[in-house]
Amino acid sequence: MRSSSRNMLLIAPGLGWLALFMVIPCVLIFMLSFFERGMYGGVDYNFNLENFVRAMDPIYLGILLDSIYIAGTATIVAILLAYPAAYAISLSPRKKQTTYLFFIMLPFWSNYLIRTYAWIVLLNREGLINNGLESIGVISEPLNLLYNEFAVITGLVYNYLPFVVLAIYSSISKLNPEVREASEDLGAPAWKTFLRVTLPLTAPGVAAGAVFVFVLSIGNFITPDLLGGGRLQMVGNLIYDQFLSARDWPFGATLSFILIGIMMMLLFAQAVIVNRGQIEKHEAKEEDVSSMNFSRQSLNEKEKSYA
Amino acid sequence: MSSVIQLRNLQKVFGQTRAIDDVSLDIQENEFFAMLGPSGCGKTTLLRTIAGFESPDHGKVLLSGEDITPLRPNKRSINLMFQSYALFPHMSVAKNIAYGLEMEDLTKQEIQRRVADVMDMAHLHEFANRRPDQLSGGQRQRVALARALVKRPKVLLLDEPLGALDKKLREQMQLELKRLQSEAGITFVMVTHDQEEALVMADRIALMKDGRVAQLGSPKELYEQPNSRFVADFIGSMNFFDGTISGDRITLKNGTQLSGVVTADDMNHGTLAVRPERICLHREIPQDADNRIQGVIEDIAYHGQDLSVHVAVANDAQRKLARISATLAEEQELKLGESVWCSWTSQHGRLLGA
Repeated sequence: MRSSSRNMLLIAPGLGWLALFMVIPCVLIFMLSFFERGMYGGVDYNFNLENFVRAMDPIYLGILLDSIYIAGTATIVAILLAYPAAYAISLSPRKKQTTYLFFIMLPFWSNYLIRTYAWIVLLNREGLINNGLESIGVISEPLNLLYNEFAVITGLVYNYLPFVVLAIYSSISKLNPEVREASEDLGAPAWKTFLRVTLPLTAPGVAAGAVFVFVLSIGNFITPDLLGGGRLQMVGNLIYDQFLSARDWPFGATLSFILIGIMMMLLFAQAVIVNRGQIEKHEAKEEDVSSMNFSRQSLNEKEKSYA
Repeated sequence: MSSVIQLRNLQKVFGQTRAIDDVSLDIQENEFFAMLGPSGCGKTTLLRTIAGFESPDHGKVLLSGEDITPLRPNKRSINLMFQSYALFPHMSVAKNIAYGLEMEDLTKQEIQRRVADVMDMAHLHEFANRRPDQLSGGQRQRVALARALVKRPKVLLLDEPLGALDKKLREQMQLELKRLQSEAGITFVMVTHDQEEALVMADRIALMKDGRVAQLGSPKELYEQPNSRFVADFIGSMNFFDGTISGDRITLKNGTQLSGVVTADDMNHGTLAVRPERICLHREIPQDADNRIQGVIEDIAYHGQDLSVHVAVANDAQRKLARISATLAEEQELKLGESVWCSWTSQHGRLLGA
């Protein structure tokens, strides 16, 4: 078919790019994870599962669980912040929506490192927040805001928030406003309309945003490094160290592989949520005209039968 | 009969436009009421004001004598069937219908029984577990109707209820809805832009223009006794003979004098409105006719049951239209380009202001 061969032609560049720079490195990492580190930092090619056993060591497992905890917290905080914002934007007049979204995306146009350093300026013991709070007398001692979990989570949320807002906004703005009105018309107070109609129908957007923050957070190594001050290690830092400091590429590959596995599972879960309920569509046809009629039994009679 | 809905001096302004401009209406119990008009005439805003989704700038909405103007839609014993049906896409048909009852203080068994009853009535049982996207347009409409009726509202509002259906189904649902309304004993208030739909279904029609009610009356009154050129023009097709009015006579630009029913005092310039089906065509001058005017046949359109004959009259840019039955047309054997006389009795012409 001509159209399908033309389609292939259009898909080919993107597919080729992904195959070359995504699939092949992943396969290499997968293979590498079954070998071991050579004496001087190279790779000894004898197949074994040592790296996977080592990854289950409480030290590494602890770092993995910490990472899941930090990324999970960042995800929850980001969703809680993004949902009201996205909701408010989608309710504002059409023309203003573009402007608001522009400002939501604006921070993203500056460099990631600069944005992260900016948080150091804000959060350190002589930083803007501590000085500000001290000058108005709320605190007498500076708070330890920097180089801890709080700082890392703050940095992660800050960096990925725009995407979450966008993801949730797109699913809220796709919602037919009459559906929410119908809920109110049928007697639901605003909070019930939200819980039973708006939230379930925007769950795909929430799931997309959540997976986005979680996946990018759990693999992040710059934010924990700068805002965690080296005291806090996440999987990303561990992998970074294996490749660049310890020169243990096979173990780094194993950790990467585990991380990729977790991400794949999450993406799969997200796909399930998005597709939930979209069971095979029956071919809906207008039935036989005779069955279209409402039954002749009157509502009044029904009414009487209740009494 | 008592009024179930009373609208008192309602006004609503959006920016520069007066969507509702001082509307007062009484809608009777058990009535099938239609609000008809071209798009932008304010009919939908009026419907949404009754439902509670728009709050009027001035005026009141009363339900069974009680002022409900400040109440939110969820506090009104009124339900709206949305134009898009607005079914909940993530819920099954049964859940959609049960939703409104779950908001009331009812037992599970009571909810189940009422849902089952209404699904019986609407023949929806076999679709109980389907989702809205697995239904056809007609089935979705029935779910939307069932979902609203199960609440047993005092008034059911319908926003272009048949707009999304194809022609054949629409004609059938017109009668179906009308029958359902009279059996259920619920007041229906429908918004439509389709005059035929309003004429077939409604007991009374409010024809709206620019946020005002142009004329209120039964379908027959609106069709036979329009009170303005707008109403005469909007409902059905109409011939207009413009001229100068004095008493019950109108003098056209070409000097022809015609007569009709006077509808208002002090009309100078105006028009005589005559329905196409009231006009007879003759080859010879009809000596004893109340009204006659000569013209040339410019067009004949065949409709099957009847024919539309377009006649051009001297000094008049608007072609006149006569609808004659197929039988009569066969006898007369009218041809294009032929000169004919149009005639009608005075009681079928209405003199309307400019």
